[in-house]
Amino acid sequence: MLVEIKNLHIGFESRTGFAPAVKGVSLTLGTEKLGIVGESGSGKSLTARALMKLLPKQTRIEADKLEFDGIDILSASEKQMRTIRGKRAGFILQDPKYSLNPVKTIGSQVAESWRAHKGGSKRAALEAAINLLEMVKIRDPRKVASAYPHEVSGGMGQRVMIAMMLAPDPELLIADEPTSALDATVQAEILRLIEELVSERGMGLLLISHDLPLVSHFCDRVAVMYSGRVMEELKASELLSAQHPYTRGLLNCMPSLIHPKERLPVLTRDPEWLK
Amino acid sequence: MTIEIDNLRIAFGDKEVVKGVSFNVAKGASFGIVGESGSGKSTVLRAMAGLNNEWSGRIAFSGEDAPLFRPPAFFRKVQMVFQDPYGSLHPRQTIDRILSELPLVHGMDNIDDRIAKVLAAVALPQTARFRYPHQLSGGQRQRVAIARALIAEPEVLLLDEPTSALDVSVQAEILNLLADLRAERNLTYVMVSHNLSVIAHLCTEVGVMIDGHMVEQVTAEDLRLGNVSHAHTRELRSLSVELEEPA
Repeated sequence: MLVEIKNLHIGFESRTGFAPAVKGVSLTLGTEKLGIVGESGSGKSLTARALMKLLPKQTRIEADKLEFDGIDILSASEKQMRTIRGKRAGFILQDPKYSLNPVKTIGSQVAESWRAHKGGSKRAALEAAINLLEMVKIRDPRKVASAYPHEVSGGMGQRVMIAMMLAPDPELLIADEPTSALDATVQAEILRLIEELVSERGMGLLLISHDLPLVSHFCDRVAVMYSGRVMEELKASELLSAQHPYTRGLLNCMPSLIHPKERLPVLTRDPEWLK
Repeated sequence: MTIEIDNLRIAFGDKEVVKGVSFNVAKGASFGIVGESGSGKSTVLRAMAGLNNEWSGRIAFSGEDAPLFRPPAFFRKVQMVFQDPYGSLHPRQTIDRILSELPLVHGMDNIDDRIAKVLAAVALPQTARFRYPHQLSGGQRQRVAIARALIAEPEVLLLDEPTSALDVSVQAEILNLLADLRAERNLTYVMVSHNLSVIAHLCTEVGVMIDGHMVEQVTAEDLRLGNVSHAHTRELRSLSVELEEPA
């Protein structure tokens, strides 16, 4: 197992008391594509960030087990974490606009991430960067390498982010809402690209999204989260015929192009779900 | 209020971003504009709302041509709701202050009453009145943004991606609210969105934009059935259908 999470609790200490956010999540991930879906505030991003130990100081994390490839994340030192982050597990964030350095060229940023993990001369790194850009299907990699982030579109920026993540050949890719800022046509392209790369390289993928149909399309397994808990875990192909009332509720309240509804059903939250 | 847009052209400097768009909306109808980012759909809406003075062509409400600079009375008839409820409300003003801005500017009477009524109309509790935006949830904030538009008692609402920053559960509530308000007050809507299912749910007619052109206008019914002619419309439709109905 690449990732094993057992009974994970995350909460925040604050002036006014303790606020729990994730309340006992258990997940496992091998070399497969696992999706986590849920509304905002359900704790899906926190779970992924805890796995990389990327949470602010005032966070309290407790778990029976939180392991990446057998390494205990909770007791891992910062030094150990740095051999995991980026190198063994890549992280793709939502908006390339905020994740790329605006004053450095794209080529130099991709080259930097290559050099940090693989070493080598600057020139060799830049060549490697251009190769990586080609791998994420950028048509004119040399031209894009010398461009600045503001000169490329959102979809292109996301490809660059993916190229940077691929540099050290990670075993796990965590994608946190990788396409929410993108248009539908670009979204499909980027997900197809991620899917291809993941299956070609035999990586594990953790895809976090609020978009249920999207996840059911691109993942093998899906965990549905609500209010810091996993409501149910099921095969992605079965997501659209899920049984849990929360998942059903979310699916029902989406407007549909082919099956018009006079009025959209509204999600009624049942306190029973949290027992 | 009927809306007529004729050969609307908008340029920023030398770059033309809307290249001759025309469409009509009947009174009480709702018209949707879909397209990808950069297609010019929001720019059209902003020009209609009078937020952009660099346009040529014709924009007419109720058969009357709108001048480049709109008189104050115009903004009582036409109001706009923006995408991001986090960004469009003043963070240091209470909901009460936000909602009283427009009535004060237009010298309306009974402001207290009007605010109470408009809060009820968007199904917000009266206690929300003296809260700050950060004390409300995203869906509640979007309700405030809609209330702010409604307090002018407009006849036309221009909606720029009103639900794209919200969860699907909250999106359903807002879409239902918008549908109810339109029926109650006989409002005319023009809505911009990138989500085909959302547009088809609320609008009876849809215009598809790409690269500054409105390449196709179809009824929502035809869009559902797939009776579309332009390649871009077909592409958008098939992406949307593909996600809904897994193969």
